[in-house]
Amino acid sequence: MSVPFSAADTEAAMGDIVQGRSLWDDALRRLMRNRAAVISVVILFVIAVAAVIGPYFLAYDYSFQDYTVVSCAPDWWPDTTVMCNAGGTHWFGTDSIGRDLVARTLYGARVSLAVGLIATLVSLVIGVAYGAIAGYVGGRIDELMMRFVDVLYSIPYIFLVIILMVIFNRNFFLLFVAIGAVEWLTMARIVRGQTLSIKQKEFIEAARAGGVGAFGIITRHIIPNVFGPVVVYVTLTVPASILAESFLSFLGLGIQEPLTSWGVLISDGANQMETAPWMLLFPAAFMTVTLFCFNFIGDGLRDALDPKDR
Amino acid sequence: MLSYAIRRLLGAIPTLFIIVTVTFFMMRIAPGGPFDSQRRLPPEIEHNIEAAYDLDKPLYQQYFIYLGKLAHGDLGPSFKNKDFTVTELIADGLPVSAELGALAMSIAIVFGMALGTFAALNQNKFADHGVMSVAMVGITIPTFVMAPILTLIFGVYGVEIFGYDLSLPVGGWNGGALRNLILPVAVLSLGPIAVIARLTRGSMIEVLHSNYVRTARAKGLSNTMVVMRHALRAAVLPLISYLGPAIAGILTGSLIIEQIFGIPGIGRYFVQGALNRDYTLVMGVLIYYATFVILLNLLADILYAALDPRVRYAK
Repeated sequence: MSVPFSAADTEAAMGDIVQGRSLWDDALRRLMRNRAAVISVVILFVIAVAAVIGPYFLAYDYSFQDYTVVSCAPDWWPDTTVMCNAGGTHWFGTDSIGRDLVARTLYGARVSLAVGLIATLVSLVIGVAYGAIAGYVGGRIDELMMRFVDVLYSIPYIFLVIILMVIFNRNFFLLFVAIGAVEWLTMARIVRGQTLSIKQKEFIEAARAGGVGAFGIITRHIIPNVFGPVVVYVTLTVPASILAESFLSFLGLGIQEPLTSWGVLISDGANQMETAPWMLLFPAAFMTVTLFCFNFIGDGLRDALDPKDR
Repeated sequence: MLSYAIRRLLGAIPTLFIIVTVTFFMMRIAPGGPFDSQRRLPPEIEHNIEAAYDLDKPLYQQYFIYLGKLAHGDLGPSFKNKDFTVTELIADGLPVSAELGALAMSIAIVFGMALGTFAALNQNKFADHGVMSVAMVGITIPTFVMAPILTLIFGVYGVEIFGYDLSLPVGGWNGGALRNLILPVAVLSLGPIAVIARLTRGSMIEVLHSNYVRTARAKGLSNTMVVMRHALRAAVLPLISYLGPAIAGILTGSLIIEQIFGIPGIGRYFVQGALNRDYTLVMGVLIYYATFVILLNLLADILYAALDPRVRYAK
């Protein structure tokens, strides 16, 4: 016997338990319909998995130098005079001191993605806390706190990071924190604006009447409700952080040898591009694709979370 | 309006003061100094050098000496470029950077607005999607990827169309010759072109749906007239608030561009200064940049209010 309706349909038809759809269900549904965003998620996932587990399956370590195959092209390169002749194991070719570029590009992906995530996390924590406090407390303190943000805004932020990097002597982890520490400004502004409107709502008044303290209201009631715009901005902060790290590495102020990142690889590649263009091609392609994916996801999320903005 | 501008200018002084103070102490707390070298200098000589630059005094005294000189417009001597003051170095590099930045910005505004308007007039048609896809590429691909790739195509391999050699020099300034300018300016303006095109498209679509544009069409004005005389004026307003960030973006971009193309602007001085611990040079360039950004933001705000009578100054 065939069942024309599923159990859920029957229940819905009976009008007893109507399955409600939350804002996030709706947003997810809209996001899934955005083809560019879904494909971007898949590509990013593949790149991330390759970056995390890929290096364990490769024949070469990212710092292993083989002087018999210096600056040689991959086997399928059109110009056969510069080929490796190493049995087709260097799929992306090698760099100027004989290191395998597949291993280095994947290792660079690890560092670049880690920078993106950690720096974004730092900016998220600082920005949300700062913005929520300024917006909730209001008055003089709000004005003072936002004035400080305005001051920082008037410095092209990359200059601050450069100074920070010089101070901390290019420390690996401080690089992450330094980038995050300058990217929280917009986040703080967004959260403050949202907080200002949320704190007028009745449920905040109810919480206050119920005896919840300022800390409780900010952490339990305000922050969960500013999540939407924050998520959108986070997806835009990740590529911005990756870009900032690469920018610094390109100028020679970021990650140091033998560690590598996409920025370092692109910088090396740009120096050798006349003789060995493949050194530039692969890291640049990986980074560009990653940045594209984040931008598409960000656009998709914005459309999904704020449909009236279309 | 004048009192508003004056108030904003006065407001910029504490901002600059904070920037100077923070960067001064940040740079000095950092380990390493401008005169550290592999070879130890005899202590007497080292002491003499430090005394010459006031580095032997306590930090707070150095700070007040610096502020005092700054109030007279004296940015001090460069620690690493012997016999040059910071002002001389900046005066040397500034025209180059300014020319590069101004050209890139003008090109970005003209092309960005044209492309954005074109896309908006063809909303959701093939031309629109085409322009916006290209804009996405322009926004996403960073300058330090775009620069080497364009150099590779036009500089290293060279391009020949119908027998004309279109190859360009890969670097150098050459006194600002046009051929040397094309690649750096193109790379520098690509990002802003894309952003401006996107902004223009968005605001243009909104304006084209407004009532007064419908009125203009209803009274029989030609399409060109409606777009150029009526719609474009309102559509440029959101662009003005982007002016500040755009300038900051071009300044940042010029750090990379000047490095890649070997252009002797102030961006290069900043990077080299930071690496060499040339305190005064870094501070000097930073003060210049910050002042510039603050002034342009102010200009943008005033322009915005002048163009849109609905905007009133706060307070």
